[in-house]
Amino acid sequence: MASQQFCTFHLDAYLFGVPVPQVQEVIRFQEMTRVPLAPEVVEGMINLRGQIVVAIDLRRRLELNERAAGELPINVVVRTPDGAVSLLVDEIGEVIEVEQGSFEAPPETLRGAVRSMILGVHKLEGKLLHVLDTEKACQLPVAESVAAS
Amino acid sequence: MDEIVKDFLIESNENLDRLDQELVKLESEPSSKELLASIFRTIHTIKGSCGFLGFACLEKVAHAGESLLSLLRDGKLALTEEVTSGLLAMVDAVRCMLAAIQATEHDGENDYPELRERLKQLQGGGEAKPASSPAAASVSKPAAVAPSAAEAAATVSPETTIRILDAGPDSPILPREESSSPANGTSHPAVAGKVASSQDEAPAPQQIPDARAHDSGVETVRVGVNLLDKLMNLVGELVLARNQLLQFSNTAQDAGLHTVSQRMNLIATELQEDVMKTRMQPIGNIWNKFPRTVRDLAHSCGKEVRLEMVGQDTELDRTIIEAIKDPLTHLVRNSMDHGIEAPEARRRAGKDATGVLTLRAFHEGGQVNIEISDDGAGLNADRIRRKAVERGLTSSEQAARMPDRDIFNLIFLPGFSTAEKITNVSGRGVGMDVVKTNVEKIGGTVDVQSVAGKGTTVRVKIPLTLAIIPALIVRCSGERFAIPQISLTELVRLESGKAIETVHGAPVHRLRGQLLPLVYLSQTLNVAPRRTGAGLALPPVAEKKENTLQNVNIVVLQAEGQAFGLVVDDILDTEEIVVKPLGKQLKGISAYSGATIMGDGRVALILDVLGLAQRTQVIAEARDSEHDGRHSEIVKSGSDEEHALLLAENGLEGRVAIPLSLVARLEEFPRSVIEHAGTQEVMQYRGQIIPLVRLSQVIPAASDAEMLANTNSIQVVVYAEGKRTVGLIVDRIVDIVEERAAVEPLTPRAGVVGSFVTQRQVTDLLDVPAIVRAAVPGLLDAVAAETRST
Repeated sequence: MASQQFCTFHLDAYLFGVPVPQVQEVIRFQEMTRVPLAPEVVEGMINLRGQIVVAIDLRRRLELNERAAGELPINVVVRTPDGAVSLLVDEIGEVIEVEQGSFEAPPETLRGAVRSMILGVHKLEGKLLHVLDTEKACQLPVAESVAAS
Repeated sequence: MDEIVKDFLIESNENLDRLDQELVKLESEPSSKELLASIFRTIHTIKGSCGFLGFACLEKVAHAGESLLSLLRDGKLALTEEVTSGLLAMVDAVRCMLAAIQATEHDGENDYPELRERLKQLQGGGEAKPASSPAAASVSKPAAVAPSAAEAAATVSPETTIRILDAGPDSPILPREESSSPANGTSHPAVAGKVASSQDEAPAPQQIPDARAHDSGVETVRVGVNLLDKLMNLVGELVLARNQLLQFSNTAQDAGLHTVSQRMNLIATELQEDVMKTRMQPIGNIWNKFPRTVRDLAHSCGKEVRLEMVGQDTELDRTIIEAIKDPLTHLVRNSMDHGIEAPEARRRAGKDATGVLTLRAFHEGGQVNIEISDDGAGLNADRIRRKAVERGLTSSEQAARMPDRDIFNLIFLPGFSTAEKITNVSGRGVGMDVVKTNVEKIGGTVDVQSVAGKGTTVRVKIPLTLAIIPALIVRCSGERFAIPQISLTELVRLESGKAIETVHGAPVHRLRGQLLPLVYLSQTLNVAPRRTGAGLALPPVAEKKENTLQNVNIVVLQAEGQAFGLVVDDILDTEEIVVKPLGKQLKGISAYSGATIMGDGRVALILDVLGLAQRTQVIAEARDSEHDGRHSEIVKSGSDEEHALLLAENGLEGRVAIPLSLVARLEEFPRSVIEHAGTQEVMQYRGQIIPLVRLSQVIPAASDAEMLANTNSIQVVVYAEGKRTVGLIVDRIVDIVEERAAVEPLTPRAGVVGSFVTQRQVTDLLDVPAIVRAAVPGLLDAVAAETRST
């Protein structure tokens, strides 16, 4: 049976994973440039070797509790069709290999906007690995329309 | 494909582009020896290279051209339009063959035996008789109309080539070379072909010096854009490392390290600058082919057109250059075909028979603007309305309601074409929407403006995705922002907030007597200002205390002709910045045009001045008020309930306000216009005798300065009611404001409704009808009678 490698990370009490090929790199927290008027989930922009990358606070994106003050998130830079995007997570986990057979779609009881961003879970021993749909997670509703006019 | 062949193709295509320009130029200055020599050399280079690479047919065509050119160069033949067209056709033929080579690799010659046959015929007869002009002209058309199409469609090319060459046979202009050329053409490539196939690398050293010799000093190397991008990012990283090193060396107190790091600093900076420049290209690179396009189109449409180009050296990122090439070509063709009229029509309209097509490029508001304007017939709004309704693109009521400006932009809708007859140039209704789509693909906008009988201007605005622009760096709420220098007019620093007044809550500053609307960046961006109460649009009284305590930095900006002041926390420095696109997640925010990386490696947002102005509604009003004449620039924004008031001075201290709605015009006349009809002061105004009323006589000012007597001109507020017009002479017109005037009736005075405070001065609101009635008794009653009777 096919197996897949996931880069895992922690968000609040949950374990999340992104297929390894989608991850460009993982870097520690960097000073960010705030983007006024941007959607709330946009934490800011970072300079990734000359490339400007938008950092999305994944906790806010997935409607989880706010990170405690003073805790520095980690940048998981993922590749998307529209270029690299940094996802801010609490802590980075290890790379694990999972069998396709352990996968299950999210339960019907998972509702709301979050459902579209979670492809499903892999049932690991004693915990569930949430598989993040990075593309959806990086797709924000249209930032804002011109207030005037 | 063989590297040599690839190089040859690239080089030859470039040479051909240059040939196009030079030939068109040659037509206007046929005696230029340098031009002829340069053209001859170019053709010769192509011919020579073909010889090495075994492209026999190509060589033959080039040879025919060369022979013709040598006659021109030696002065044995005068340059005529037919000759130029013939030569241009030859250029097109070569281009088609190059496209064939590109498509079928280096053995292209073998795939076109019948073409070679035709070429041989041409070689035989080509030197016999002159090209008849209609043939030459008609041949140049199809190729000229779709120069890029020829490159793309290799299958079409042999046909086109043949037709072009057919025109040649009748030309008597190549007398001497006759005998030598066919032999040369066949034997030489055969030998060369062998060389090329047996020793692929061998011809290279020979070819290079050959090509170099003609490159007239400019040494260039072809580098892939990917490599440049990578270099650019690496340099960015180097700069970061440099910055860290600098910080480290500052703390390390090591003189040696310090020296090295300073040196490194300089080198890295210079390297960064240069690498950034590698991606930029002047827009002239794509404009260069337009003289040829315009010439050919003008000939085929029977029009006379002069092409003017302004701002060729406006630099654009090369990816953008590529993307706008086709849309621009289409717009130029469109202007030629639909815009500029035929010479007779122009003469009938009282215009110069030669139409002018102007290309203009410039940076504005962090964007590159490209304008294609013609002085042709302009767009016919009614016809577009009709067509739009006919095609079901809009309803007739909608169309009737739409202002012309919006109507003109309907031409960008798919399937729209107003051309009365479909020409092979344009008019198929697929062009303009493609233009719009392509421009929008790179984040740009297209807008068309037109004046019937005067011409049409299409303006393409493209964002600078990767342009380097000088920018002012400001700080607001702890973040740095870059403001493109191009929209910057001046910087004003107020030592205290006192100089900020409000027009009904909207902050303004009097800059050299003109009201400058102020926009607080922190407020616009909805971020907490660094200092509390930086005079946001709160009532001046509440804010006054804090206001007066601190400095205010105003960046005076210009957006679509309207000046406004952007209040920021700090003004830092000016820097050359590299504009980078914002991530998709941030695209919709109109306040930013991009982002950039600052010297310390951090990201800063680039403010979009136009976007800011639109957000804060600085320019929306400006556009509406443009026709209000000379006071348009000081009209302030405001809500609907507010009234526009004209402020004027009466005597030294007195200020009066007149509702703008009652003011027909503001005029300034020399004193000498005042005449008398009986005791009544009158003047002649637009064919009428109008009574004049001196405001100072109706409303006695506190201290009557008799300013009127001391000046040579009078300021007249023209007041019109019905058909009657009255001139109200005031001492000085001060301003126009938007006020929701809280008028307090003080002591009742004739001609005054009451008083209110504006611009911190007590101002009398005039009861103009009452004043006029008092000064010119009977006038308004007559008006009233007139209105009753109608």
